[in-house]
Amino acid sequence: MRVGLFVPCYVDQFYPGAAIATLQLLEKLGVDVVYPKNQTCCGQPMANSGYEHLTGGCNKLFIENFQGYDYIVSPSGSCVLHIREHLHDDKQPELAKQVAHQVWELTSFLTDVLKVESLPSRFPHKVGVHQSCHGQRGLHLSSMTELVAPDFSKPGSLLNMVKDLELVELDRKDECCGFGGTFCVVEEAVSSKMGKDRVADHLKQGAEYITGADMSCLMHMEGILKRQGSNVKVLHIAEILNSEG
Amino acid sequence: MEVATKNHAELADIFNKDEDRVDWHDETLWWIRAKRDKSVHQLPEWEALREAASNIKFNVLSNLDIYLAQFEAAAKANGITVHWAADAQEHNEIVHGLLKEAKVTQMVKSKSMLTEECHLNDYLATHGIEVIDSDLGERIVQLAGEAPSHIVLPCIHKKKEEIGDLFHMYLGTPSNMSDPQFLTETARGSLRETFLTRKVALTGVNFAIAETGEFVVCTNEGNADMGAHLADVHIACMGIEKLIPNRDHLGVFLRLLTRSATGQPITTYSSHFKKPREGQEMHIVLVDNGRSVQLGREDFRNSLKCIRCGACMNTCPVYRRSGGHSYHTAVAGPIGSILAPNLDMRKYADLPFASTLCGSCSNVCPVKIDIHDQLYKWRQVLVKEGYTPKAKTVAMHVMATTLGSSTLYHAAGKMGRLTIKYAPFAVNNKLNPWYKNRDMPEAPKESFGEWYAKNRKK
Ligand code: SF4
Repeated sequence: MRVGLFVPCYVDQFYPGAAIATLQLLEKLGVDVVYPKNQTCCGQPMANSGYEHLTGGCNKLFIENFQGYDYIVSPSGSCVLHIREHLHDDKQPELAKQVAHQVWELTSFLTDVLKVESLPSRFPHKVGVHQSCHGQRGLHLSSMTELVAPDFSKPGSLLNMVKDLELVELDRKDECCGFGGTFCVVEEAVSSKMGKDRVADHLKQGAEYITGADMSCLMHMEGILKRQGSNVKVLHIAEILNSEG
Repeated sequence: MEVATKNHAELADIFNKDEDRVDWHDETLWWIRAKRDKSVHQLPEWEALREAASNIKFNVLSNLDIYLAQFEAAAKANGITVHWAADAQEHNEIVHGLLKEAKVTQMVKSKSMLTEECHLNDYLATHGIEVIDSDLGERIVQLAGEAPSHIVLPCIHKKKEEIGDLFHMYLGTPSNMSDPQFLTETARGSLRETFLTRKVALTGVNFAIAETGEFVVCTNEGNADMGAHLADVHIACMGIEKLIPNRDHLGVFLRLLTRSATGQPITTYSSHFKKPREGQEMHIVLVDNGRSVQLGREDFRNSLKCIRCGACMNTCPVYRRSGGHSYHTAVAGPIGSILAPNLDMRKYADLPFASTLCGSCSNVCPVKIDIHDQLYKWRQVLVKEGYTPKAKTVAMHVMATTLGSSTLYHAAGKMGRLTIKYAPFAVNNKLNPWYKNRDMPEAPKESFGEWYAKNRKK
């Protein structure tokens, strides 16, 4: 099985640790992973701002870089959702469709494709999970409080395989953190307030770390934690699953 | 009104100046959403009900002309006078005409978001007609000189102390009274007087049944019945999308409506009106006001399925923290943000952007409207039609060029990291909206790409 590693632009630039952990974790699980080095961005920042018509360059690059792999795996639910829903190329529509269908978010890849049932990791801390909306509601990584359906969580069950890790329960299980891409600057007031409230829920439950399957939401909450001078840290779920503590 | 000149972000910023109020607003609405969750989880068939409702409405929208004609014929046969209004202006004129015919200058009205959409109260006021809103929440905002901030809970933005002050000012209650029981009794007393003296009553319509030509009005206070039963003339106003084909379908919607809205199993009063009683006149005004245009927009057609339960507002994390008035349109929240640009793209170009696209709205919607997908689609339309600030368009072009090229991307990335590292003041300043309440991420010494090149020689 050959897997192309898709590292979203802001993870590449600001959170290389999340990408390194993703790579190492996949390698540990016996997967042949390659990082196509000319990749940039999935195009979501433009598309969500209403400029989907400007994403042609990103789409073309994405297809160039990622065609030919069995799977494409990424540590970011929202970029994966964007590719799955919007990747297109008028010159080669079939290829674009095929590539879009091969993209997987890391925790669902581990759960549904690799069918991981145990992990050699240890993380002796209290951890709060942030269910990012695009991963949760868009990619169905976990059950949603609004729907009448059975309870499940792919990130949650993976974290439960980690030795000595204690998950905390939040008052609001799946409330949005308010990042929302350009929303975080266009609607600064509401976005910050949402982030503060989300962080407060984790702090109230005594979390030492906040984790999740989407670094962008974590970046938002980290910005707020740091501003508040908090000791609580954010870590991408790959970093916890990969840790040997 | 000043409100209309500011956009959602600016209005929400003002609302957020008082953080305690934001917390209180958020928690009140969250409590209602939690009640909704609890009550829907009691029905194992909940998702099937949503699916059924969505399909029934889909059928209605696909055959709207047929159902409207069927409804008109049946309603006429029942003795109801049917009027058609192409837009808000025509609607207001029709209502005004009926009031003139009845020779009255006062009217009692129960809740109708359609009349808010058409600004009926203002219109009638300029023609010397006094309207008293009989829904308690609407009466409160009316006394305050404000518009409703929520379609089901019109005065959800007001604390009970503020309501006490309003009643003290307008209804003569002692000052500093905030006991909800006392305030409700006072309002009731004053409204009773209104009900007894008004000859014309206007109500909204929740569901109109094509098969039988009857309509159903849902209220928790029974105020629609009080008004309609005591008046000589009953005027009901409805958007043309409120139709359902048969009586049988009603059960599906009545089960969904109030569970979604407030978590109650059913509305306290679901009143059926079929024909005027002896000596009474009954009129129904069927209003288009942009609905047939929206019906013609394939991507946004589904928004007409809306049964106005308000669940999408209660669940919306942005609505809860920005208040209904920040949407500067009659129907606030996620659904309002996809309905409003249909009426006026320029005026409401900001609304589809007032969302994180979290998708919770689509999940609670009892008729399964793809709300967050439509918000995304409106953004594309509004940008293409040129309703975005120039600066944003320029920035997006730069971004698209940079991200569309691997070489440019790597150069820019390095520069960005260097800027953060060696000149944090260049980004950590007041002009950067991110920095107002959040710190920037720390710049790592190398990107993942650089690390990979060193550590994995493939
Ligand atoms: S869009 Fe759906 S959830 Fe929102 S008010 Fe309409 S029916 Fe209710």
